[in-house]
Amino acid sequence: MSPTPHESEGTAPRTLAQKVWDAHVVRTGGQQPDLLYIDLHLLHEVTSPQAFDGLRVAGRKVRRTDLTIATEDHNTPTDNLFTIADPTSRKQIETLRANCEEFGVRIHSLGDENQGVVHVVGPQLGLTQPGMTVVCGDSHTSTHGAFGSIAFGIGTSEVEHVLATQTLPQAKPKFMAVTVNGSLPEGVSAKDLILKVISITGTGGGKGHIVEYRGQAIEELSMEGRMTVCNMSIEWGAKAGMIAPDEKTSEYVKGRAHAPKGEEWDAAVAYWQTLKTDEGAVFDKEIVIDAASLSPFVTWGTNPGQGVELSGDVPNPEDFDDPIARTTAAGALEYMGLEAGTPMREIDVDVVFLGSCTNGRIEDLRTAAEVIKGRKVAEGVNMMVVPGSAKVREQAIAEGLDKVFIDAGADWRFAGCSMCLGMNPDQLTPGQRAASTSNRNFEGRQGKGGRTHLVSPAVAAATAVTGHLASPADL
Amino acid sequence: MDKFTTHTGQVAPLRRSNVDTDQIIPAVYLKRVTKTGFEDGLFAEWREDEKFLLNRPEYRSATILVTGTEFGTGSSREHAVWALKDYGFKAVIAPRFGDIFRGNSLKNGLLTVELPEAAVEELWLRAELHPESEITVDLEACEVRAGDRTWGFEFDEFLRWRMMEGLDDVALTLRDEDKIAAFESNRDAWRPRTLPVQV
Repeated sequence: MSPTPHESEGTAPRTLAQKVWDAHVVRTGGQQPDLLYIDLHLLHEVTSPQAFDGLRVAGRKVRRTDLTIATEDHNTPTDNLFTIADPTSRKQIETLRANCEEFGVRIHSLGDENQGVVHVVGPQLGLTQPGMTVVCGDSHTSTHGAFGSIAFGIGTSEVEHVLATQTLPQAKPKFMAVTVNGSLPEGVSAKDLILKVISITGTGGGKGHIVEYRGQAIEELSMEGRMTVCNMSIEWGAKAGMIAPDEKTSEYVKGRAHAPKGEEWDAAVAYWQTLKTDEGAVFDKEIVIDAASLSPFVTWGTNPGQGVELSGDVPNPEDFDDPIARTTAAGALEYMGLEAGTPMREIDVDVVFLGSCTNGRIEDLRTAAEVIKGRKVAEGVNMMVVPGSAKVREQAIAEGLDKVFIDAGADWRFAGCSMCLGMNPDQLTPGQRAASTSNRNFEGRQGKGGRTHLVSPAVAAATAVTGHLASPADL
Repeated sequence: MDKFTTHTGQVAPLRRSNVDTDQIIPAVYLKRVTKTGFEDGLFAEWREDEKFLLNRPEYRSATILVTGTEFGTGSSREHAVWALKDYGFKAVIAPRFGDIFRGNSLKNGLLTVELPEAAVEELWLRAELHPESEITVDLEACEVRAGDRTWGFEFDEFLRWRMMEGLDDVALTLRDEDKIAAFESNRDAWRPRTLPVQV
């Protein structure tokens, strides 16, 4: 009988996730869950104030300020760097600044080159490396799994716990593999791939699992593409998503501000090379996908699992076998203002949003710029381009991408979470329809009454040009 | 944290599945820096509709929310739990919950119980026909009781103990402070740090 994943420790073959898990266990056994050591704790203004308050009330300190870093992203404006007009947003940011000052935590504030979406900033600084445990009070922390780390979102009580102890009690998850065989066809991106995965599994399909994405198509992805895939692991309910580190990973980390140097670099790389699933290791579950079968993928509904090929039609709720899926689909079509049978390509949009922790990195901006170069944003469409961090913005300007977007008539903005979530001033108005490179098409997510179609950067750019959902091949 | 052993109350039958945390509390309500006062944000968009469940007088005093599968998926915002608690809910029953939401709820004394679809359907029907009827959620016995019907539920033994005792996780972990210190002394020197290292 083959061992179950949870029994195979020591010399038995282990999965990548098990290896990283085992290397971080501070305490195990007994009735309590494993206590895991946390290598990096990222903070932002929304989910941390009550955690710092908890420390103050209990008279506790931040145990490891040297493993903790904060930035401002969810509430920040993207039309300027200085004025936060909304007083409650301003208060939340000021509270983060005061807490970081009081507890000695490093912070990158508005105006700083390392300010930006927290999941763009960690990798950019070289703080995200293979084989780590990374947490943040934000569900898209799974992004950092692209480096071969266990990275997951936590609630505010857990933020307080990590601040106080640099550890987290965690029940052992199950392990799953998503194997993508073959190469992605031309014009199909990491975003299309992950939207397809979520449409297969539904929003709860990954529950309780750490997922390892592997196979040729994953190996061929850039680090940015891998981050996009891991970022959306939470959208199918997974605890975390991971990809085994390889030479691309080391190359990406090398030379960054916090990358190991000299002999330490050699020691680190030697360790990173051991971070792969052993031959014969057992997963609790595996999903196999043929990359060649994929094409640009977009969502039609109000959760990320409600997606379809761009070449397809809005589905008919009556065609779903499962009664819950049927009711949910009918509700989604009503909210989205869509008729079953409408070709996806005939859906007109008002807004195109390019940005977020899913698709706000330099490669995403390059891809969209390449599509939009020499073309114009369609009349009546507002295209917002929001770099993931101040540094991404700077790099885009150095490459002349800002000009490409501005010449096309797009709105070139400062870094932040922006329209990914309806919190800061960048919001859809009721009934407005957006093609968005972000991660959630929930009701009201991008603004009250707003309607969201999740798309890749290339589809976003082509949609901006035509005014309806489209791929670059349609131009 | 409040202790939870058993609770008896009326049911609000929310016939929806995939209720993500953006529905439970939209982002615009997350700007506060306190842990309380989030009740106005609970299901804020749906509550604008006067026919919405929680606006109907017969469900005003419900303290147990019974809802469809995948409740609390999406964003990690603990505000979703605070909003449910501030509104007056003591327990939520669904076939399945989002992991982060579930973890958050049990750290705040809001009991989340997983029951099969059929049981949820039965609880919905009861609450729709007899809104005034009460059910009991018993963590000690791991049972939900409604009239002559009883459903057992599974619950992690450690989490159950912690919830029934109302224990603070940080204090529990700090009992093993020596183990944390020992782990730290063995960490590889090349692991990244956010601050210059003081020698």
